[in-house]
Amino acid sequence: MSILTPLEVEALSLSLRVAAVSAAASLPFGLAAAWILARIRFPGLVAFDALIHLPLVLPPVVVGYGLLLLFGRRGPVGAWLDEALGIQVVFTWKGAALAAAVMAFPLMVRAMRLSLEAVDRGLESAARTLGASRARVFFTITLPLMAPGILAGAVLAFARALGEFGATITFVSNIPGETRTLPIALYTLTQTPDAEAAAVRLALIAAGLAALALIASEWLARRLKSRIGETREGTT
Amino acid sequence: MIEIDVTRQRGAFTLQARFEAASEGVIALFGRSGAGKTTLINLIAGLERPDAGRIVLDGRVLYDSEAGAIVPPERRRLGYVFQDGRLFPHLSVRRNLAYGRHGNPDGAAFDRIVDLLELRPLLGRKPGTLSGGEKQRVAIGRALLSQPDALLMDEPLASLDAGRKAEILDYIERLRAETHLPIVYVSHASDEIVRLADTLVLLSDGKVAAVGPIEDLMSRLNLRPLTGRYEAGAVIPATVAGVQDEVGLTKLDFPGGVLRVSGSDLPAGRQLRVRVRARDVSLSLSPPNDISILNVLPGTVQEIGDEPEPQVDVLIDIGCPIWARITRHARDRLGIEPGARVYALIKASAFDRRNLGYSGGPRNGKEAAEPTPAPK
Repeated sequence: MSILTPLEVEALSLSLRVAAVSAAASLPFGLAAAWILARIRFPGLVAFDALIHLPLVLPPVVVGYGLLLLFGRRGPVGAWLDEALGIQVVFTWKGAALAAAVMAFPLMVRAMRLSLEAVDRGLESAARTLGASRARVFFTITLPLMAPGILAGAVLAFARALGEFGATITFVSNIPGETRTLPIALYTLTQTPDAEAAAVRLALIAAGLAALALIASEWLARRLKSRIGETREGTT
Repeated sequence: MIEIDVTRQRGAFTLQARFEAASEGVIALFGRSGAGKTTLINLIAGLERPDAGRIVLDGRVLYDSEAGAIVPPERRRLGYVFQDGRLFPHLSVRRNLAYGRHGNPDGAAFDRIVDLLELRPLLGRKPGTLSGGEKQRVAIGRALLSQPDALLMDEPLASLDAGRKAEILDYIERLRAETHLPIVYVSHASDEIVRLADTLVLLSDGKVAAVGPIEDLMSRLNLRPLTGRYEAGAVIPATVAGVQDEVGLTKLDFPGGVLRVSGSDLPAGRQLRVRVRARDVSLSLSPPNDISILNVLPGTVQEIGDEPEPQVDVLIDIGCPIWARITRHARDRLGIEPGARVYALIKASAFDRRNLGYSGGPRNGKEAAEPTPAPK
């Protein structure tokens, strides 16, 4: 990696790791939330929907501060995690992944929910009359049919996590090699005298990464759609 | 034996259906749209749940609200062919067909069904590339391959054009003859019913109006509003006696003698169900001589309908009941009234393939052919 400086390599690899872990770890939770929103009717649905979408409208600093209060060493969840599992979140890269996951969660859930709502429930009924249990129907019919939406949700969350700044810096600060992700490194460079060239390089790297993620997701989505069938059946 | 006794209320619509029928051949649920046919078949399949009642198939309780027994759809062993096919778009035809045979790889059965429905050339294709008729054939095959105790079909021809309809009807007729699987068949098309049904369950406004052999129900005047006036007619049992190849006619033995129909592609000895539409039957007081009509059948007038229409339907016993639709004017001019001796005239070309259905094997309970009155 001779064309990149050690600082750039550090920020890039940390950002990729944080974004990948945050997208992957929130996938099952996103799926569960999408399922609840699309399939279950209960009195608190509107409140639940609002809660899921809250990070979209809150200032990121508020989300980061909220995480700090909850997951800080003396916060209720943070203290428990520390004592029971020995996991420290605040001021670590895991915390950065958590902040990115929370910020990206609404985008992920939205993509998954739309794809789940587009799945023809008649196909699920048909599968059950053919002897498939609910679990088998989910894994062989529902999940494959919503795969493009799951992929879209994961890619969106990944891309959103790459760009996460406000909640991250509030929650886990700016620690080189631990929480200094690409945007935070870029911010640091803009605050450093005579670092314009380095800042521009980092900005270009971030833009290239984002473009690459978009192209990769488009290519994957096309492959998935052709596997699902050239033309989707117009069933009602 | 299939025993149904269910109630289900949704909004303003109440389904309250009760009937019993021998679980063999084709049991047709027949009625207008909105009569509750699809709801009823979904209750049988377990895709919807009754408010209360009992559903029993050949002694196997599928639902019993009093005993608290609710068998989920995947354990009912009922193959369901939906109106819209509902093939899984992400799976090939082969994997669609194999879906229901989970853990039961019986290669011989697979080959038999694939051949019966002529699916072999389609196996590698995706449902999105199939025509409507092909999709329905795959859907039927998929349901059969789940090795069900009975087949449920909800208007399987409704989304097809006339040509594909005839084609799928042929396949359904063939599988009824070859698989001996009881079939519950939902339809509002009387030509499908006449060709396929052995037992008719007439549904109206969520209630069972009548149950019985199709021959009896189709000829009952008081059911005419439900069985349909335009297509109204009798259904009579017949056997192919022989083919007059030189003139392109086929002779059918029926309880009133011999019927000659055009066409010569029916095998001798084949048992048929023949629909004689009332509008294809004319009446004469004496046997006409110089006439092109081949079927001249003597009989006695039993009953005359009194609909507020320019035409009336006349029930004639020619060894079995048939209907003739004549104008009021003709009725008055000829003085036709119950007890009168008449000749029923039917053109040989009134019978095309759509009016001739293959009957299944022996039909139990046909002797006890009293139509069951609708339970209240």
